[in-house]
Amino acid sequence: MQAFTRLDAKAAPLPQANIDTDQIIPAQFLKTVEREGLGRGLFFAMRFDAQGNERPDFVLNRPEYKGAGVLVAGDNFGCGSSREHAPWALMDFGIRCVISTSFADIFYNNCFQNGLLPVVLKADEVQALMEEAKGGNHVASIDLEAQTVVAPSGRTFTFEIDAQRKAKMLQGLDAIGETLRAAPDIDVYEMRQALAKPWLEEA
Amino acid sequence: MRPMPGKTLYDKIWDAHFVADQDGESIFYIDLHLIHEVTTPQAFAGLRAAKRPVRRPDRTLAVADHNVPTEGQGLGVAAVSDDEARLQLQTLERNVKDYGIEFFPMGDVRNGIVHVVGPEQGRTQPGMTIVCGDSHTSTHGAFGALAQGIGTSEVEHVLATQTLRQKKSKNFRVTIDGEPIPGVGAKDYALAVIGAIGTAGGTGSVIEYAGSAVRALSMEGRMTLCNLTIEAGARAGLVAPDETTFEYLKGRPAAPKGGAWEMALPYWKTFFSDDDAVWDRELHIDASKIAPLVTWGTSPEDVVAVDGVVPSPEAFESPDKRAAVTKALAYMGLEPGQPIADAKVDVVFIGSCTNSRIEDLRAAAKIAEGRQVAAGVRAMVVPGSGLVREQAEDEGLDQIFLAAGFEWREPGCSMCLGMNPDKAPPGQRVASTSNRNFEGRQGPGARTHLMSPVMAAAAAIAGHIADVRAFL
Repeated sequence: MQAFTRLDAKAAPLPQANIDTDQIIPAQFLKTVEREGLGRGLFFAMRFDAQGNERPDFVLNRPEYKGAGVLVAGDNFGCGSSREHAPWALMDFGIRCVISTSFADIFYNNCFQNGLLPVVLKADEVQALMEEAKGGNHVASIDLEAQTVVAPSGRTFTFEIDAQRKAKMLQGLDAIGETLRAAPDIDVYEMRQALAKPWLEEA
Repeated sequence: MRPMPGKTLYDKIWDAHFVADQDGESIFYIDLHLIHEVTTPQAFAGLRAAKRPVRRPDRTLAVADHNVPTEGQGLGVAAVSDDEARLQLQTLERNVKDYGIEFFPMGDVRNGIVHVVGPEQGRTQPGMTIVCGDSHTSTHGAFGALAQGIGTSEVEHVLATQTLRQKKSKNFRVTIDGEPIPGVGAKDYALAVIGAIGTAGGTGSVIEYAGSAVRALSMEGRMTLCNLTIEAGARAGLVAPDETTFEYLKGRPAAPKGGAWEMALPYWKTFFSDDDAVWDRELHIDASKIAPLVTWGTSPEDVVAVDGVVPSPEAFESPDKRAAVTKALAYMGLEPGQPIADAKVDVVFIGSCTNSRIEDLRAAAKIAEGRQVAAGVRAMVVPGSGLVREQAEDEGLDQIFLAAGFEWREPGCSMCLGMNPDKAPPGQRVASTSNRNFEGRQGPGARTHLMSPVMAAAAAIAGHIADVRAFL
């Protein structure tokens, strides 16, 4: 996983609630066997018209938001499927942080496997950031260690984040490597279960 | 000494699978890992790169479902005309071979949608922990198993360690009591719940379904209910196992036999919520008050009774929701105040992990029998597995559907998601038994209305969204 410590990047507003994973990356892009390259399908139906031309009014197509690294979105971002292609697509496109009032569970969890930082702020804070992001000077600074988002105006918001998730993301730790440190515990658990539930061993 | 409060079914499954605490996170054991072609290639690539083995290939089962065409499956992957899809299926074949994982390939009668196959084979059992790289893994909660969708990184984690790292969710009980009116069933209950709490209502929770109307459901009905739990934002749904569960399991290929069955049964019976268990949240629903439901918008929470009207954006309090409704109505091609039953349909899809089991097909066939699909409507029935298809054919359901003008197709995820050749064209309206009505879900520009199998069959006959009560 890519570590996340600090990010200073353009923030793009996407003031829409319930942006589902089918909108983030539609199913036709899930046929890949790679993690890379999914940025081309990000927000596909919002970014392109039926002829494949860029929709000039879509926020990420507008020149002032080119290279945006932060997305400020409406409630319940990432609802729907378990596809990790959604965070992969956002990352591949250059987005490293999504700010919203709430995230769907599986998407939220998937973000932490990839170094994409999901930041939960209060509704009025998201609204304030959204407004600022609509303006011209829209670089936001996100500091994971300090758990702060500094808006373009300099206004600072703090956010809550699970301590373990934060620690792992700061270091970019490999979760599998961490869990394998507990391999002896897994061995013991399996031996006990084999005795207690022998029918599962016969399957 | 203060007595310990009772435990919920979720608490009990969690405790039974706890392996260790590490840095404040719990590592808990996974009994069954179901895999499919779409969310695993990158996980196996990761394993290979790190030279890690699959810890328990015997606890892993693979199927091909999302990408597969629903015809010509006897040809195997050669039936797949899309190069990327074919490569993904071939990659799965290679991975299961390299790592010694049981696999039901395309064309094998046991193959089908992963959430139909697991229960059908008896692999899904009470008290288990089950994961799959698919959000509708919640389906398996119908057996009193803690079943959750995971992303590809976690698929790799489970392959390598047979465990997951997680924090506990909240306990949310949904009690559905009362006698439903004819034509109403599990799909309507689920839509009623999602309509009541919204698509984020269950976020951070595991939902247990209780109450007399849930007890009265068959296993297949319970699977439909648990399947749609993720659409209410909860990763897992649960129904405590009972005689209905055990009866369903008995004799299935992977269910315990003889003495093993006698050992498993008392263990399974320990998985229920104690009377004094503490719930973080509760919701009560009266089944007798539920009419056959359909969705009108582009979120599963956009629910209306079939005899109701399309809502107006002004009816919603929050400005965000008003904007979302305006956008949804434009996408769906609907006007506020229009009776939903006026909406003409172009396509009818009966299938998906939500509603493609034998009882779904029997119920739909009963509506279709002796009637004709309306002119200009494409209606398709896609059984959930090869075995469901075979059973339906033994019962003559295929003949009923074919005589009525439905297509009778081969198993797979099909038109539930636009990943295989079964897509609805832009602008077309689909009466669908699937689980998501998101923009573009069934094909770019396609307009989805979610409903039960009997309602979908009624829509096929009427040519528009129709009240199944007129067809009973």
